[in-house]
This record gives sequence, structure tokens and C-alpha cells, in this order.
Amino acid sequence: MTENKTRGASIAFDTVGKSFNKAGGVSFNALDNVSLSVAPGAITGIIGRSGAGKSTLLRMVNGLERPTSGRVLVAGQEVSTAKGAQLRAIRRDVGMIFQHFNLLSTRTVAGNIALPLEIAGVAAPQIKTRVADLIDRVGLSDHAGRYPAELSGGQKQRIGIARALATEPKVLLSDEATSALDPETTQTVLALLKDINRDLGLTILLITHEMAVVRDIASHVAVIEAGRIVEHGATYDIFTAPQHATTRSFLSGVTGVTLPAFVRDRLVQNAPAQRGEEVVRVTFTGTYATDPMLARLTKDMGIPVNILAGAIEEIGTQPYGNLLISLPVSQAAQARAFLENHGLTTEMLGYVG
Amino acid sequence: MSANLINLLLEATGQTLYMVAISALFGTLLGLPLGLFLATSQRGELVSMPWVNKVLGLVVNATRSVPFIILVVAIIPFTRMVAGTSIGTTAAIVPLTIATVPFIARLVENAIREVDAGLIEAARAMGATPVQIITKVLLREALPSIILGLTLAIVSLIGYSAMVGAVGGEGLGDLGIRYGYQRFMPDVMAIVVVILIVLVQLVQSIGERIAAAVDKRAPKSGGQ
Repeated sequence: MTENKTRGASIAFDTVGKSFNKAGGVSFNALDNVSLSVAPGAITGIIGRSGAGKSTLLRMVNGLERPTSGRVLVAGQEVSTAKGAQLRAIRRDVGMIFQHFNLLSTRTVAGNIALPLEIAGVAAPQIKTRVADLIDRVGLSDHAGRYPAELSGGQKQRIGIARALATEPKVLLSDEATSALDPETTQTVLALLKDINRDLGLTILLITHEMAVVRDIASHVAVIEAGRIVEHGATYDIFTAPQHATTRSFLSGVTGVTLPAFVRDRLVQNAPAQRGEEVVRVTFTGTYATDPMLARLTKDMGIPVNILAGAIEEIGTQPYGNLLISLPVSQAAQARAFLENHGLTTEMLGYVG
Repeated sequence: MSANLINLLLEATGQTLYMVAISALFGTLLGLPLGLFLATSQRGELVSMPWVNKVLGLVVNATRSVPFIILVVAIIPFTRMVAGTSIGTTAAIVPLTIATVPFIARLVENAIREVDAGLIEAARAMGATPVQIITKVLLREALPSIILGLTLAIVSLIGYSAMVGAVGGEGLGDLGIRYGYQRFMPDVMAIVVVILIVLVQLVQSIGERIAAAVDKRAPKSGGQ
């Protein structure tokens, strides 16, 4: 297919604020002094709970929302003040996909993908070849003449993606694109987004409330809470060393390892006077994730280790392990020092008697 | 039944069809854009003109509040100005059209407002102009509902057309009153009623068929 190697554009939020006037003259700050720069060609995730302001932030990139203060720039062009034809030109450089797909029910797969090209005033013969290419790219060649109502959620999102790519944008915005899909379909749609990012080099900015989505495709992540970015950085760093409580609570669902109920219920914060066990979270990152450190702890130091829960997974391409263990209180300090010396991170969670 | 009576019935049916067809045509030509405007011109909408929207909304409501038979008589001077006469079938088209325009406008407005706001947002995100959003998204997506609305408007026009006998509008309703009621001919009344029923059934089923043909949404039952 004809592949125009489009270079992704950078996105910059510069001290962006958004306040809404609510009834009774009270104003509500949806976004508060948000500054964030999104690297060109990268996949960046913004994660937050509903109402945190992530959707407002995303919609500022194509001017569907305007900031009440600050600026939003795409490829150095200011979107936040653009109007009319200028704004429409910027929007053609920014594709968008939606949680509920937002496809025209009265147009076929091909018709839906053709819509942005018709809007841009592309000539009919060019639309035809471009649409055929796009349908092929998203794997819907057998369904070109069918209507969205006849297709599955995953197929509908593929139409949405093809439609968003039609005008060869430099940025793709994803508004909870996989939140209405089942886990398996989510994986295939995420894989498609990853391929597109790799092949076309376009910048992808996505919002989600699922850390798993960020882990699977985003190289960078920003965590938003009550209209503020509380933490941002490379996904691997955020996953392995989260600084903010909100980030930790998002991570607890993914990287595992919540305490089993029988331990959690007995957990106390004061060391028991008698014999007891200290509960420790051990985090393995990068190259250390595959070293048999716990076995060495027992073999070399003679300290018995009780494994309570654990998981080893990949973030990006790097392995990451997270284990919950318990150690005898008397030897816990020694054991933790041993593990820390070998490049692991430990965190004391409490004691069980 | 005499051949004379059959002629009268045929003539009256023709007059009714003529009145309904022409006033439905004019009603749609005026009501469709009006409805489109009402649906897209509130504050913050595509062609935000809140004051014009409010004024037109008031006019529409006022017209719709006047009982049809009063409207027919009240606008006689206007009818004479437009049609050159205030009596007869052609003259009757004027009040029929005026009564239908706000009705169709409201039906079209409702149909347009039913279109998922997400589709408007998607079109805006593509860089569509307000005119493109209206022609490529709103009108097309609302088409099944608009057609059902027009069907409803035509059915009620058939009913209204029976009242224009008051200004010499003729047609089936007028025949029913003058022969069936005033000349005590219940058979004429019965035939008039049957023809009206058949007309309404025809209009309704044709309208539903066209609406179903352009509707590509999932069927209500057995959908996802």
C-alpha cells in the first residue's frame, strides 16, 4: 500500500486551566495549571479516574474544548486560539477515535472511512484508492460494503481507526478507545495501534482508566487526579517506582499483587513482641527480575522465605517482578539489606503475628 | 349507487389528494429547513443564534396552538393575497400549508436532536464545517425519523383537509358533511370514511417502508 511516512507531531500543554461555571455562580476547575509535553512519535497514556479531567485535556488537542487559561500547541501551532478554517486545517492533522466509535449508522464501512476525505474535499477517485488501502490496513477487506450495525465492537473500532487515519494525520487521539471492548478484542486493537505507531511514526495520545492499557502500549504516561498531573514519566519508571498514591492505587490492580485476604486481615503496623513475620514487598526490575534472589537468600543466608503472592511481567520490553513475601522478624532487616544490595527494592508492609 | 355519486366520490378523492400533496410539498419545503434551524441554533450549537431560535420557536408554538378551523377562517385575508381567492380547493392549500409547516418543523427538529451527539463530535474532530455536519451527518442519520415524521404529517393533513370544506375547500371531508350528513345519505358517509381509512393506511405503510429501507441501524429486536 502507499505509505506516506508521516512524522508525528509534538503536543504541548502549557499551564492549561479549564474552569466551568456551575449553577449558582460557583466555578469548577476541571484542569488546573497543567503543563505536559508529549514527545513526537511516541505513544503517551494519560490515566485518571472518571472526572479527573483527562477527557477535557485530550479534547483540547483538536480544539473540541478550549482552555480558559494557558495554551495548547500541536506541532508548534496554537490550537487553543485557532478558529474557522485554521482550526479545521489543524483538525485534519489530528485523528481521533472514540470509546463508542461514533460511526455513521447509515454509511457502510467504506463510506465511514471516506467521510473525512469527503469533508477535506478530496476527489472521488483518490478517495476510492485511499479507502481501499485503509480498509486493508485495518483488516476489514471482507466487510467494506457492510454497515456498522452488522459488525462486532472490535471491527467497529477498526473502522474508527481507519477513519481517523484517512487524512494522514500527525497525531492520533484515543478517547478510551478500548473501554467498551472485551479483553481479547482490546489486545488486538492495542496491537493495531502499536503497529500504526511503528509504521507511520505518528504521535498517539490516549486516555484510559486502565493501567494495563498503558503498560501494553504506552512508552510514557501521565497520571491525572482532580485536574492536576500528579506524576509523569517513562512508563517503566512509573510502574517500577511510583511516587504518588494515586499512581500506586492504579498500579495495585495490574502489577499485582494485592495482599491475599488471609494476610491482609491479620496485618498490623507494630512489630509483635513475640515471634512473628514481617511482610515485605520485593520489586525486581530490569536485569534483576530473572535472578533467583530468594533462593539465594535461603541458601546463602539461611533465612526462610514465605512467598505470599507474586507476578513477573513485561512493561514495554523490560521484565518486571513484584513479590510479596514474609520473613521472620528477627532476620528481616538482614534479609532486606541482602536483597537491596543485590539491586532489588523492598518495602515493609506490616507484620503478622 | 348512481354514476353521478361515483363521479362525485372520485372528484372529491382527487381534490383531497391534490390538497394534501401540494400542502405536504410546501410544508416540507418550508418546515424542513425551519426544523433544521431550530435543532441547530440554540446557544453553543452549530449555528448558534439563540435569539432567532427563541423567536421562531415562539412563532411555531403560537401557530400550533390555534385550532385548525379557526386558523382557516382567521387567515382568509392572507389566503386571498396568496391564492387570489379565499374560496376553493387551491385556496385551501394556504391554511393547510401554514398549519403543517410548524408541525413538520417540530418533527424534523426532534428527529435531528435524536442523532447521537458523538457523531457531531466526530465530524467536528474531522474538521467538518457546520454545513458539512448538517448535510453529511445530521440529515442523513436523521432521515429514517424524518420520513416517519413526514408520514405522520401527511396523515394529519388528510384529517385537516376534511375541515377546509368550511371555506369551500371541497374534498372527501366536505362531501361527507354535505351529502352524508346534511342530505342524510349514510352510504356516502360510509364510503368517504372507508376511502379515508384506505388513504391513511397507504400513506402510513409506504412511509414505514421507505423509512425502513434507509435505516441501517441494528433492528430493535435481536440487535446487539
